[in-house]
Amino acid sequence: MSEQSTSRAGRGGWGLLWLALTLAVLAVGFYKAMTAPTEATMGNLYRVFFYHFPHTILSFVFPYLNCGASLLYLFWRGRDQNRALKADAFALASAELTVLYASVGLATGMLWGRAAWGIWWTWDARLTTYLLLWLLYVSYLLLRQFSAMGQTAMVSAVLAIFAAVDIPICYMSIRWWRTQHPAPVFGGGADSGIDPGMYAAVWWNLAGWAMWGAFVLGLRYAIERRRQRQSEADALGFLSEAPEAR
Amino acid sequence: MSYAAHVRAHLRKDLRLEWRSKDAINGMLFFSLLIVVVFALAFDPTAYPTIARQISGGLMCVAVLFAAMTALNQSWARETQNGVLDAHRLGPAPLSALFVGKAMANFILMTAVELALSLVFVLFYNLHPLGETWKLLLILPLGTWALVVNGTFFAALSLRTRNRETLLPLVLLPVSLPALLAMIQATTAVLTGEFEPALWLKLLVAYDVVFTTVCVLLFDTILTAD
Repeated sequence: MSEQSTSRAGRGGWGLLWLALTLAVLAVGFYKAMTAPTEATMGNLYRVFFYHFPHTILSFVFPYLNCGASLLYLFWRGRDQNRALKADAFALASAELTVLYASVGLATGMLWGRAAWGIWWTWDARLTTYLLLWLLYVSYLLLRQFSAMGQTAMVSAVLAIFAAVDIPICYMSIRWWRTQHPAPVFGGGADSGIDPGMYAAVWWNLAGWAMWGAFVLGLRYAIERRRQRQSEADALGFLSEAPEAR
Repeated sequence: MSYAAHVRAHLRKDLRLEWRSKDAINGMLFFSLLIVVVFALAFDPTAYPTIARQISGGLMCVAVLFAAMTALNQSWARETQNGVLDAHRLGPAPLSALFVGKAMANFILMTAVELALSLVFVLFYNLHPLGETWKLLLILPLGTWALVVNGTFFAALSLRTRNRETLLPLVLLPVSLPALLAMIQATTAVLTGEFEPALWLKLLVAYDVVFTTVCVLLFDTILTAD
């Protein structure tokens, strides 16, 4: 028991160190983003890009962590219950991170779009695909909430596989959709190339938000593991109690 | 018994049950008819034939999808009575044959609804397709299978959840959006004759192959979980 609690305290220390490092990197990223050269046509407005870009890129990484964890869950389910529970906690954490980062990406993108294009939203290829990604993982979280006791991990792991298979198909279909019905092509984004003076801001922010994502993921994972242990302890408590005592 | 024989047995059983009760087909037919009528109130299809051609494809796919959702849950509700599902799990027959048989039965029902609906569109929307109409014979079955295979799977999945009536559309719609998009685009291509549906047909074929495989592989997992 004491061994377990010291190891947990040790992990907490590493977590705090990681958090401090993350905040430092984010602070450098903020400084770089605010001091990067002003963009030619959009002026200071474009600086939201340094927050929009890392969030959108990272929100395409978390779904595959989620899919990997779900596959591991299905693999370990009948073999190693403890590992399976860990995989499920990780899948939940990464799905929530996907929704969080995609929401921030959508929100910053809409703010930017409103200021730069004069509209909040347009149904162009990238935006639509991104919205579908967000919808898929919101439905995943809803399924977790609605599933019956003890079935959550299995049904959500199955849906996670469907969602991960769906993302590339979505991506291709929406690209085709938009090339058949050409929409006005808006500038901006990483593809159109950026000034070399802006690279530092991009990389520092990407690193900072990736570290932040890893921190929140770890924290959420630890909370979910604690909840799992709690419910296991509750179940064992009910089993050991004598029927007449209840 | 071979796998195909198991699938045939399940298909025959589902169709016979439906033939005797006619619950699903009546509900789906009337519901989709209502959707088409309600949309005709929103805009006048006979006064604007071009708009009618542009939106009828999408309207029909959405009507069929919504109608299917009312029936898909029912198709599994039968299996839960008297512990039939447990009997299936104990039986030596491959479980995925149950899934494939039921998906095929639902496919046949949905196709019947689509045939009736296309008649409604010709009569009430005064619809004259400008493209090659025979291509619909490829597009509609492929699109319907895409919706049915995922729909049947997720209806089985939502047996494991609390309020399953609410849940089915919430998980089925996001996953089916690419198939729905392809089906709508291909149908619109045929109705308006403005572009070629070939690309969307390929997407539907790919979607059908991928998701049929995933469904068949994962069906054992969701049915034997406890």
